[in-house]
Amino acid sequence: MLRMLARRVLLGIVTVFLVSLIIFSGVEILPGDACTAYLEREAQGKLLENCRTELGLDRSASARYLDWASGAVRGDLGVSATGRKSIATLVGDRLKNTLLLAACALVVGIPLALFLGVVSALNRDRPADLIISTLTIFAMTIPEFVTATLLILVFSVWLGWVPGIVLTSAGAPVSEFFPEILLPIAVLAMVMTAHILRTVRSSVIETMASDYVQMAVLKGVPYWQMVFRHVLPNALLPTINVVALTVAWLLGGVVVIETVFNYPGLGRMMIDSISDRDLPVTQAIALIIATVYVAVNLLADLLTMLANPRLRTAQIRH
Amino acid sequence: MTGAAVSMARHSTFTSVIRVAGDIVSRPSGAIGLFLVVVHLLLAIISPYIAPFDYRDLDPLKMLQQPGPVHWLGNDHLGRDVFSRTLLGGREALLVTGIATPVAVLWGGFTGIFLGLAGGRLDEILMRIVDAFLSLPWILKMLVLIVTFGTGVGVLIPTLAFFYGIPVIRIARAATHDVVARDFVEAARARGHGKLSIIWHELFPNVRDALLVEGAMRWSWMLLAFSSLSFLGFGVSPPTPDWGLMIADARGFMSFAPWGVLGPVIALSSLIIGINLTADALAKALGIDRAQKAPI
Repeated sequence: MLRMLARRVLLGIVTVFLVSLIIFSGVEILPGDACTAYLEREAQGKLLENCRTELGLDRSASARYLDWASGAVRGDLGVSATGRKSIATLVGDRLKNTLLLAACALVVGIPLALFLGVVSALNRDRPADLIISTLTIFAMTIPEFVTATLLILVFSVWLGWVPGIVLTSAGAPVSEFFPEILLPIAVLAMVMTAHILRTVRSSVIETMASDYVQMAVLKGVPYWQMVFRHVLPNALLPTINVVALTVAWLLGGVVVIETVFNYPGLGRMMIDSISDRDLPVTQAIALIIATVYVAVNLLADLLTMLANPRLRTAQIRH
Repeated sequence: MTGAAVSMARHSTFTSVIRVAGDIVSRPSGAIGLFLVVVHLLLAIISPYIAPFDYRDLDPLKMLQQPGPVHWLGNDHLGRDVFSRTLLGGREALLVTGIATPVAVLWGGFTGIFLGLAGGRLDEILMRIVDAFLSLPWILKMLVLIVTFGTGVGVLIPTLAFFYGIPVIRIARAATHDVVARDFVEAARARGHGKLSIIWHELFPNVRDALLVEGAMRWSWMLLAFSSLSFLGFGVSPPTPDWGLMIADARGFMSFAPWGVLGPVIALSSLIIGINLTADALAKALGIDRAQKAPI
């Protein structure tokens, strides 16, 4: 158990290390560097040289990587090309805002997905299931910007219940984001709920068909006792991993949603940094998102291991 | 003897295609899905001939005009006919994803099969790199390349094909692991077949179904990515009509001209839903369980 745990943590660290290498070498391989990107047409002669010295681009690639990586480990992400500000400070508020959005979506989405998934599975192929499953397909497949646009059209333009755009600044306290944050949360929660719900449904159906549940039925265990004591504890385990994988989607999908709603989070900052060609900021955000992704997946694996006695001893096949 | 065997194999491939297609159509969701996909493909081909107006025709007098008998879906903020633009708006997306999807599935598929067969140190290292790539959000990877090399079909196709092939490696590798220990692979090895021969004759036919289903899903995700990029202004460049771009344009006028978004919204959604329903039916017809699949 401890060895497996250590192995998983080590693998996670290796992945983050590889990500940092990919990000860094990606920027190296692509034509231009932070200075040519930032200065654009003025990138020549003295101006370019000054910029390169200032950002330390005149040193060898390996020296810069070591500098960047060791800085990142200590929480120092360098300075941005535009404005020469500390990236860690720039990112701080944005990260907090994105986490707020994601956390709200998870708080709404997970219980809803569990409830609807179980209802759908227990009423398999009956009207309730068909309605839920059809809505799931809609929520899963329609692009986030389409869902967002439709929600704005209905709840903001027609009904006028909530604002369709976020005007609060990045550094504002959490309370000021309500009610503007409600529509972004709704879009995010909708897609997430659909993904989790699907797994819950199929997992519950699978467990219901297993031998020990059949045995319980034959023994005459009351229906709800069977559902709560025999089916759900086993059926809900795979959900942990799907939630983790959904968080991965969420980190990508949140970019589009933040842009649609003008929400001052990490995703929109990423788009802005890419448009402004501010490579140091893009690198830093990429590293943060990848680290969160790896950490969440690691956490999900550990939770599954803790919750499932069978996995504690079994070898994980990779 | 061999000739007969080959023709029999061909025959059975043909009949199995018919059987799978029949199976898809026999499910209501599959029939609806396939119908939507076919209609969209047909429209993409014939739309230039049936579109009532030129998609570039500006008319300042008809700016944001309501739907009427002449302009069925109204006019956009530049007075262009929304119906014609909606008809034409999926061509670029279908062209790009239609080429990028098979390329992604093929390169990812063969890499995955090869790694599944080879195993060892190389497999271990490459899979770590795959994991690392997957932990970066798709939009970041794509945007960095697009901003560097510019938008346009010539950049979008290889970019989509490359990044969407990476998760296919995992699927193909896992599917290969399921068959690689079976007797017929061992027998081929004992007969002295090389790796390539084993991949082509023994492994690929067994992994093919999983790759087909994966390809169908990748197609819908790729369309989603493509239209999201267009929406954000990194995909199709104006004045070429594209649903993502049209929605982005019409969004600003939604409070007084809400009909502008509806055409492209319905077109894009129906295509993506159609592909998903077809993919689900295909998975069921081929007996592949996609239930536990990850959303990425």
